[in-house]
Amino acid sequence: MKKASPRSTHVEVIETLSLSELTMFCDTNADWVVKLVEHGVVTPVAEATPEWEFAPKHIARARKAARLMRDLGLNVAGVALVLDLIEERDRLARRLAMMGG
Amino acid sequence: MADTELYKALGVSPDASADEIKRAYRKMARKYHPDVNASPEADAKFKAAAAANDVLSDPEKRAAYDRFGASWDQPRPEQTTRQDDRWQGGFAFDERDVNPDMFRDFFGDRFGRGDMPRDQHAAIEIALEDAISGAKKTLTLQSPQIDRTGHVTMQTRRIDLTIPKGVLPGQNLRLKGKGAEGADLLIEVSFRPHPIYTIDGRDLYVTLPVTPWEAALGGKVPMPTPTGTVDLTIPPDARQGQKLRLKGRGMAAAQKGDLYAILQIVNPSKLSPEARDLYQQLAKAQPYNPRSKLGV
Repeated sequence: MKKASPRSTHVEVIETLSLSELTMFCDTNADWVVKLVEHGVVTPVAEATPEWEFAPKHIARARKAARLMRDLGLNVAGVALVLDLIEERDRLARRLAMMGG
Repeated sequence: MADTELYKALGVSPDASADEIKRAYRKMARKYHPDVNASPEADAKFKAAAAANDVLSDPEKRAAYDRFGASWDQPRPEQTTRQDDRWQGGFAFDERDVNPDMFRDFFGDRFGRGDMPRDQHAAIEIALEDAISGAKKTLTLQSPQIDRTGHVTMQTRRIDLTIPKGVLPGQNLRLKGKGAEGADLLIEVSFRPHPIYTIDGRDLYVTLPVTPWEAALGGKVPMPTPTGTVDLTIPPDARQGQKLRLKGRGMAAAQKGDLYAILQIVNPSKLSPEARDLYQQLAKAQPYNPRSKLGV
């Protein structure tokens, strides 16, 4: 949780979102998030808490999954594959950039 | 009316069949979806294709567009019965038919479903330097407002915010009470590509060119970091592509990232006669076959 500067809007970096916050954020329902977890698209932080909590990387993945499923008509298995391939492509692009390519 | 902009956006001819339009749209959506394609023009192309598809995939709207062109959506005397529930803005959509999610980042969340907005989303692209020093930014948001007569107008709001130091790409910012109807506004942060640094999680990478003799002899060379130039000590016999770590010099997140220099050995474009002589001496003094693994 970061502090805000006195004169502008209070800005907080989201560290984790609960399951209910995530469903609201992705404009979806808990069943959909459960499916994402079952397909390994997102993983909750720890199972110790009564409600699932999701870290920023997984929040971003869930949001991406929601947009891709909506805009490209993908199902959960399809979006899981797409996100894995995009991550792999980005990793390779980073390596290429580091090698001065 | 020879307005064919929407057909051009999908790359089809004005006499394309409904199937051809559907296929063209799907292909464009896959290619230019902003989550798949990070190039700057992809987002605009995707939105143009989606807007074109919205009109051309509906036979009634397509007929109106073929007849009236870009102004197909303007109220006309014979359409007065439908006029009231149409948008009067520059967007060629009918409120009941528009996919509310497609333009969520512009219009705010949950618009067009009849229920109250709960949260609002937006995205912001910042420079790496903004995240390092915590820059002030102004976010421009457009959200739909429904007036008493039921018309939808776009309202522009400006929000000043300070980017928190150490924010990472993919993280979200919460602006309390700045969303529609006093809800929180959630902002997804992304970084513009940087000419020098590549970011991976909270670590930064920089490709550092060195001369063959700097790599061979080792020693100090100047190196850029986001907070200023430092002297990097290169070990003797350094290799091409060797990774040198500067601990804690990456992103200043809650847990500090590291900065890595990746050595790139670069030859001078032209050797002086003296240098050529020295290389000839080197060739004699250091017999070495880098191609032994190739069997030659």
